[in-house]
Amino acid sequence: MVDAHADWPLIQVIGLTKIYRVGVETIHALRGLDLSIGRNEMVAIMGSSGSGKSTLMNMLGCLDRPTGGSYLMNGRDVSKMDANELAQVRNEEIGFVFQSFELLPRQTALENVELPLIYARGGWRGRKQRALAALDRVGLLDRVEHRPNQLSGGQRQRVAIARAILNKPSILLADEPTGNLDSATTTEILALFRQLHLEGQTVIIVTHENEVAAHCQRVVRLRDGRVLSDLSIEQDIAGRHLPTTAASSSGAAPPC
Amino acid sequence: MLNPLFWVQAITLAFSQIWANKSRAFLTALGIIVGVASTTAVIAALTGLKAKVLTEFESVGASKFFVFPDRPENAPRNMYPWEKILLKPAEAKAIRDECTLVKAITPITEVGLDVESEGKRIEGITVSGIWSDWHVVQNRFVQDGRPFSQIDDESERQVCLINEDAIRELDLPANATGEAILIGGRRFMIAGVVETTQARFFGMNTSSAEVFIPFSVAVKMQDRNFFMRIEGLFTSPDVAEDAEEEVRFVLRRMRGLSPGDPQTFQVAAIDKFIAQFKTLAAGITAIAGGIVGISLLVGGIGIMNIMLVSVSERTREIGLRKAVGATPMAILLQFLLEAVTLCLVGGFIGIAFGRLAALGLTLIPGAQLEQADVPFWAVALSFVFSAMTGIVFGMFPAIKAARLDPIEALRHE
Repeated sequence: MVDAHADWPLIQVIGLTKIYRVGVETIHALRGLDLSIGRNEMVAIMGSSGSGKSTLMNMLGCLDRPTGGSYLMNGRDVSKMDANELAQVRNEEIGFVFQSFELLPRQTALENVELPLIYARGGWRGRKQRALAALDRVGLLDRVEHRPNQLSGGQRQRVAIARAILNKPSILLADEPTGNLDSATTTEILALFRQLHLEGQTVIIVTHENEVAAHCQRVVRLRDGRVLSDLSIEQDIAGRHLPTTAASSSGAAPPC
Repeated sequence: MLNPLFWVQAITLAFSQIWANKSRAFLTALGIIVGVASTTAVIAALTGLKAKVLTEFESVGASKFFVFPDRPENAPRNMYPWEKILLKPAEAKAIRDECTLVKAITPITEVGLDVESEGKRIEGITVSGIWSDWHVVQNRFVQDGRPFSQIDDESERQVCLINEDAIRELDLPANATGEAILIGGRRFMIAGVVETTQARFFGMNTSSAEVFIPFSVAVKMQDRNFFMRIEGLFTSPDVAEDAEEEVRFVLRRMRGLSPGDPQTFQVAAIDKFIAQFKTLAAGITAIAGGIVGISLLVGGIGIMNIMLVSVSERTREIGLRKAVGATPMAILLQFLLEAVTLCLVGGFIGIAFGRLAALGLTLIPGAQLEQADVPFWAVALSFVFSAMTGIVFGMFPAIKAARLDPIEALRHE
């Protein structure tokens, strides 16, 4: 599937709009957003609350459909798909990592990692080997039979990352992946993301922390449902003295 | 569309959910348990009763029939005086000689007479006049001496058969064959002793002192208008309908009844009683089925309630499953399977309790339910109904889960 559309960017978002109706009020969460992300990029999506970054993440993760515009993933128009097709795309092309890990408490690390295979189309043979391989990549081979409450926060997030990369997704989509972790563990987890990126994985991290964004190559800042800036990390750091972004620049991390 | 792994994990998950919430699951399934258990017990009791009653019918003989006089319904009494409709010996003979589907037949007339042995006199013993076929019809033979033969009746021999009770009451020697007794003042020789085993009919034990004499002799000892009935056996229970028709035809001709004239007698086959009883039993079973329906309805509402709680408790889990690629159908099936599993476990426990109750029934002294048992179809039906309850009442919560928006679900606290 990837090879068939190798000439397309991995993600091509054109004029994306999303309108929510809350009672009589109409909320324009996205107002014609354009964005293109290539294969093997590591991108941070930033913005204050209300900027539309959560909405964009839901769209990119195929959890929701846009009101207008189009979203091409590997050249396929995802915005026109029905619920079942979206479920399949999420299963095969997207790996989610959440702020609060979202592990099933009564299942072992291995069972948690296997979860996406339950909903996969065929090819579920050798699932244990695949799950073990994923756990090996996140360095948790010695914790396969542990349950989430027997694991530290960092280990839990590693299990969640192993679950996300199990089906070799096109996009690893992380939503504030270090929001519940201390600084030492944050560094560990971000190093893991970088490692996966070096191995060829496309990574998108939604965050509001500059120190997290500092681990990425590229920073996309949103405001009022549009792209405010789309810069390389070096340009982004250099531009942080500008008034437009100064508000969110407190506690800026040094470049990596 | 859904791979085998899905089914394995869905079923495992269903059981682990029940295991994780044991007391809640038990209380929820209680409605189903009680419903299935009580119905199973009722069906077991019915099965026992049916077996008991049918055995009693069998002991009488499924191919047995009775003929007795009967005044037509709504007919004026003076048009059909009793003496006109009484059965006559000639009618019994005609049935014996002409009905090809009748294997054995005997007229029976009973008269209360004083019976006297050398040392003892008993007043008002029931003395029955019978043909030799009586042995076959009532399935009672002699344990001592000889049975009646056709000659006894044709030559009006002064012989009699008695039972052990009569021997005791008359102070006769144990081997009474050949002794002489006075019946109604006439001297009879005891030809044989008949088995005391009486056909017990619904617990009514008619066994007491019994004396039998040839029918032709009994007729002579009665008034001109005496009452008699006819008992007989058809060649097999299967021909009961045709055989009844045959007997009816012969009797109508004997009585000169033209077509359209009301019948002045009744032919009743045991076969019909059995059919009637079976209909009754089926009716009671249907009522029991209705009761289980109501209890499953009540139990089902409990299931629906707990499944709604489960969906709401596990909203984030549903959101996660959707995020990793679960289709709405996969979520629906998972919750439906959970409801069905809960109901089936309830049904299983219910059947176990029902069986225990059935076992208890067999131990009640005097209840005559020794044969109470839970038939296989009742077990199968209980499972099917339990599963259906799970599907019907689990559907709404499952649809609710399947329709959850993954974004909202993941944000749920």
